[in-house]
Amino acid sequence: MTDTTVQTATKPDMMRFIKANIRDYALLLSLLAIMVFFQFTTGGTLFKPINMTNLILQNSYIVIMALGMLLIIVAGHIDLSVGSVSGFVGAVAAVMMVNWKLDPFLAVIACLALGAVIGGAQGYLVAYYKIPAFIVTLAGMLVFKGLALTVLGGASVGPFPKEFQLLSSGFVPDFTASSFNWLAILIGSAVTAAIIFFNFKERRNQQEHGLAEEPDVIFYGRNLLIAVAFLGFSYLMASYKGLPNVLIVMFTLIALFVFITTRTTFGRRVYAMGGNEKAAKLSGINTERMTFMIFVIMGTLAALAGLIFAARLNVATPKAGLGFELEVIAACFIGGAAVTGGVGKIIGAVIGAFIIGVMNNGMSILGVGIDLQQVIKGAVLMLAVFLDVYYKNKG
Amino acid sequence: MQPILEMRGITKTFPGVKALTDVNLSVMPGEIHAVVGENGAGKSTLMKVLSGVYPHGSYDGQIFFEGTERKFGSIKDSEDTGIIIIHQELALVPLLSIAENIFLGHETARHGVIDWFVAFRRTQELLKKVGLKDHPNTLITNIGTGKQQLVEIAKALNKSVKLLILDEPTSSLNETDSNALLELLKGFRAQGISSILITHKLNEVMKVADRITVIRDGKTVDMLDVTTGEVDEDRIIKAMVGRELTDRYPPRHAKVLDTIFEVKDWNVYHPLHAERQMIKNVSFHVKKGEVVGIAGLMGAGRTELAMSIFGRAYGQKISGEVKLHGKAVDVSTIPKAMDAGLAYATEDRKTYGLVLIDHIKHNVTLANLEGVSSRGVVNDLNELTVANKYRKDLAIRCSGVFQTTVNLSGGNQQKVVLSKWLFSGPEVLILDEPTRGIDVGAKYEIYGIINKLAEEGKAVIVISSEMPELLGISDRIYVMNDGRFVAEMPAKEASQEKIMRAIMKSWEN
Repeated sequence: MTDTTVQTATKPDMMRFIKANIRDYALLLSLLAIMVFFQFTTGGTLFKPINMTNLILQNSYIVIMALGMLLIIVAGHIDLSVGSVSGFVGAVAAVMMVNWKLDPFLAVIACLALGAVIGGAQGYLVAYYKIPAFIVTLAGMLVFKGLALTVLGGASVGPFPKEFQLLSSGFVPDFTASSFNWLAILIGSAVTAAIIFFNFKERRNQQEHGLAEEPDVIFYGRNLLIAVAFLGFSYLMASYKGLPNVLIVMFTLIALFVFITTRTTFGRRVYAMGGNEKAAKLSGINTERMTFMIFVIMGTLAALAGLIFAARLNVATPKAGLGFELEVIAACFIGGAAVTGGVGKIIGAVIGAFIIGVMNNGMSILGVGIDLQQVIKGAVLMLAVFLDVYYKNKG
Repeated sequence: MQPILEMRGITKTFPGVKALTDVNLSVMPGEIHAVVGENGAGKSTLMKVLSGVYPHGSYDGQIFFEGTERKFGSIKDSEDTGIIIIHQELALVPLLSIAENIFLGHETARHGVIDWFVAFRRTQELLKKVGLKDHPNTLITNIGTGKQQLVEIAKALNKSVKLLILDEPTSSLNETDSNALLELLKGFRAQGISSILITHKLNEVMKVADRITVIRDGKTVDMLDVTTGEVDEDRIIKAMVGRELTDRYPPRHAKVLDTIFEVKDWNVYHPLHAERQMIKNVSFHVKKGEVVGIAGLMGAGRTELAMSIFGRAYGQKISGEVKLHGKAVDVSTIPKAMDAGLAYATEDRKTYGLVLIDHIKHNVTLANLEGVSSRGVVNDLNELTVANKYRKDLAIRCSGVFQTTVNLSGGNQQKVVLSKWLFSGPEVLILDEPTRGIDVGAKYEIYGIINKLAEEGKAVIVISSEMPELLGISDRIYVMNDGRFVAEMPAKEASQEKIMRAIMKSWEN
């Protein structure tokens, strides 16, 4: 927990604050360090606009699924089926659009609904029949992997209609004719301004109630860093093709899930349930319905991820989604979620996903073999969780 | 004759509480020695000292067994000398067989390979000794509690026991099984094996015990010799509860008005064993501004009663009627019970009361998040105001409402649980052991909060195993035993002796 510091402290103590929030800083610094490392070792390729754009496109579906997975893990469950479900939904989408010539918009809606139903079915078994999520979703993983094969008849189906491809390969069109995408800069600046505005507003609120515990230096430094990162990122995007459509979808979802987990009663109840299910239940929280709901959300997000992945490859293959669940779950745990439930942050999971993404990307550029890549990613996951446990035990 | 066991001047302190003060206990060879006392008197602590759960060095005083001083560092040490304790909650593995359980940890193995024939034959011999005719391969889960108790004893015999300690062995047994068990103890006595019997059932004590040590408030208050024939149950009860009411209770000013809460013909069955009836035809009522106490010994069914009323959080096949202001209300789920105006503060704060990894603010609003939210969005500042209000009203001692609840003392944790339920705005509050494990000062504060609730016109039901507490804070007391309400009395006319007698009498029927 980050906000256990003393409320009555009038003079914010820098060291103590850093200590209390060490987990968050360490995570962000790790991502930065990894990025800087690959920027150097790849000879500057990592931060090239085209590579940055690719990085977003390659990782969007992992990030999107990590949002739902974080809720699941915080609630004390797990979902092993997300990879298979996303592959299955991609396959169904291909059949709908390519074979049946269904309108892409309708097909997308139908596929998202299908994801919700799949998530709901698994969630129902977990919530109301108390079958461990591990078992239910392990079964789901096998079932939907098989169904994807069945639906596709063992072959790849594609290509998709143009409109659907735009989901992954499209960019938000610019309003100027120049090769530099000014819209990206404009949106980037607006988002930066909005984030900093809300940060300052919250800080003023905290100060009025004597709650501001973050030292000035850190607060201003943090906002400066946010500004630099966002503006720099928009500049990179602008000098290639602008903002990918997927980026907008992903960013909106991240914002939505941060809001849900930190500000809503629903989010609060998920954390309470993961922290102590019995106490939550005795406090009048319908834990069964909550569990059911988060699996529905997870199913929908897995479906969306499947659509994005299919649109990106422009073909649905029986192998789509293979192993996604592992990267998604790893992202959450690297991001600080606790296996026991009740602990974890959306931003942590997102950063965790990007740590994996940057490593995938950087190692591929360097030509590191797929075998060694697996070993290194596994080691990073183990190290992250080990440090978590180690510092927790040390108090 | 030399005593087989002598405990001299045992003093055991926990942070903030002195659990045992200078306690002495001596057991003769071939004797059944009863240790009696109220809940929380310190009997279990004393047995934990004896069996090495609290290792040598963590307590003051000396333990002599068979004439030599013993310094047990663990349960294994005490077991190796022949002291074996059988706990109230049986330590058997339900899905293993009788034989497997008996030899668990002491397998008849050579180089790690178990010789099941030897185990099997030994088990048959042991079962014969305790009078069990079941097959050694029967799974524990398939035999009743009474037989399980006997398996535990067989397990003890396998470890060549010299002193057998039984903690409330008959609390979950029926009459026949209880008698069989007591007869078995008599048989052991004839063979020279000593027993320490910890029990609330004085009729059993009178039946089998040779001598009785009475413990009260962590001190040895009496040692009675039953064999002289001068001891009767009244004498024991007097020694058990004979404390003067030195605990202080805050003054009470609440006005008791009309009945607002009624429960009629409440019946509940065990959640797993559908044939076991836990609550039998219980009816009661509570008035506006009244504090009603429910007295009883552990296992009487008080928590089960409260939780079954609160949204069927316990049990199955529940029948009966709950009325609020004379109108029947639906309490079939916890949210419905809360909507009807009920609140239940659990006896087990850590497991059922608090989200320990979260801070005070989030715990206080947990049961009424709507109260600080609009359209599903939590208003942080409202929430903060609410948390700070309760922190002040209930004098929760903490560094701030962002303190994690796991770091609070028991009393302050209890106040957080109470805050949570007060903020849910109930009309009827059921407080289950509200002062368990709390120091005297914090107890006084909790009593003050209970009085204030009554003054505000709430109906308060207090479940407590501390009789002086019930006498001090209630208007009226129901006595519960074995799933039934066996007596009802105004607190003014009640006394600890009267409550105890009601309980003992109900057992005889």
